[in-house]
Amino acid sequence: MGTELTAATLTQLSYLVAAALFILGLKRMSSPVTAVSGVRWAGLGMLLATLVTLAFMHATPVNLTLVVAAIAIGGSLAWISGKRVAMTDMPQMIALYNGMGGGAAAAIAAVELYGGNETSVTHVAIAAIGGFIGSVSFSGSLIAFAKLQGLITKSVRFGGQKLVNLAVLLATLVTGVMIVAGLHSGPGMVSAFFALALLLGIAMTLPIGGADMPVVISLYNALTGLAVGFEGFVLDNAAMIIAGTVVGAAGTLLTQLMAKAMNRSLGNVLFSNFGETAGPAGAGVTGTQKAIEVSDAGVMLAFSQKVIVVPGYGMAVAQAQHKVWELCQLLIDRGVKVRFAIHPVAGRMPGHMNVLLAEAGVPYELIADLDEINAEFETADVALIIGANDVVNPDARTNRQSPIYGMPILNADRAKNVIVIKRGQGQGFSGIDNALFVLDQTRMLYGDAQSAVGHLIQAVKAAG
Amino acid sequence: MIDGVIALYIFMLAAFTGYEVISRVPVILHTPLMSGSNFVHGIVLVGAMVTLGTADNVPLRVIGFIGVVLAAGNAVGGYVVTERMLRMFVSAGKKKAAG
Repeated sequence: MGTELTAATLTQLSYLVAAALFILGLKRMSSPVTAVSGVRWAGLGMLLATLVTLAFMHATPVNLTLVVAAIAIGGSLAWISGKRVAMTDMPQMIALYNGMGGGAAAAIAAVELYGGNETSVTHVAIAAIGGFIGSVSFSGSLIAFAKLQGLITKSVRFGGQKLVNLAVLLATLVTGVMIVAGLHSGPGMVSAFFALALLLGIAMTLPIGGADMPVVISLYNALTGLAVGFEGFVLDNAAMIIAGTVVGAAGTLLTQLMAKAMNRSLGNVLFSNFGETAGPAGAGVTGTQKAIEVSDAGVMLAFSQKVIVVPGYGMAVAQAQHKVWELCQLLIDRGVKVRFAIHPVAGRMPGHMNVLLAEAGVPYELIADLDEINAEFETADVALIIGANDVVNPDARTNRQSPIYGMPILNADRAKNVIVIKRGQGQGFSGIDNALFVLDQTRMLYGDAQSAVGHLIQAVKAAG
Repeated sequence: MIDGVIALYIFMLAAFTGYEVISRVPVILHTPLMSGSNFVHGIVLVGAMVTLGTADNVPLRVIGFIGVVLAAGNAVGGYVVTERMLRMFVSAGKKKAAG
């Protein structure tokens, strides 16, 4: 008895230390200077909690072997995939790992509910709520992953979809209540409960368009945190309660910040879709796009005083960030003042573009956010738009009909000249026409961002 | 051990903490921070381990095993991608200091 008490106390103490390290780690992650040490502190907490749990676990040799084998399998697969993934594909990997966490919380709930050893109604109820949230987060995150990875390309929408989703939600809740009320309900009912919750996650996520995915992933991240917190209550595990709840709260706030940056409310993201509310999208866009030769564009850049680069998702997919920085270094060497303007939702997630530019070695002081840079466009000779679209669409300011009306944008249209590097004449991610592309001072340079910027580098060198 | 009102207190204090920790974060760190908080809920691993440890029949062992695999993926994957992302901020900062 004495040794068991010590083991339990040691385990609890390690969880306390882990929880403190998580909170301090997150705090350090919220400043660029201390960010790396932050994730390492949190990592240390995780390692400590895992090792102590393993050391003092009450388990049969068979179960212990299974635990070690499962950690080895899950851990090594995630290690390899996490090391290999390209920076541009980070968002979907976050979605995937997040979904796994939700699935793990659901699995804990499933063992509790199928096992039927739980006697307290409160515990069964909390296990069921955590299992519900975890399942939704699991299947929803997997759909988000599949969409961003390009495995699912269409947003599935049909009439009465909201009613169908509502029906699934109600059915899930009814089954859940029956399990909780009946206490020892059969495995059939528990299976139906989890199947419905998984279906709900899929049905909720399928209609959401690509542009809204960051908000959705962030929301599922918060939900997984909550699910982990709830399962922590069931297991009497303070580390899970604290870490899960902290992530639930932080993730909710982060989701709101992201939605705000896109001028969308969370309800808007989840329950109405781009396209549905669009009406006559881009009805005000008339005029034609004017192409420019790469040599002319090179001369224009080379003899500018000031160039503002607006990178977007197109730069990310083309992996052009290194070329873009090479071009900018050439310009800086010629005495051109270069700055990067980052829209809060440029790329696939807020901050994603900063990560990519940091990867290419662009110094912080050249990177400006929306509030900082918008007044500067009027003094810029050239605004160079690389694979960005909606975030520079002036319709967001002026056209009430536009689905993105009201979204804060970068005022690239106020620059003296605008060069847009774009793959083709089609519409952007959200399928909206862009009024910027047909302005008098705008010239289009068609092509993949990687090769177009490569040609621009040659053209600037040739400009002498 | 943790029950009733005490549990609610922990829940409330943790929620405030999460809110405070994030509230003044520059936009450039939103993605890494989402990734970092994604790693932190990987602590579900210890719960999944305990759950599998107490499983006493085959179906429960199967579910518990899946749970631990998923949780380990969350923890390890979350750490690896967060660390990779944040390391870039450091190298960019160092280059800035050097140049």
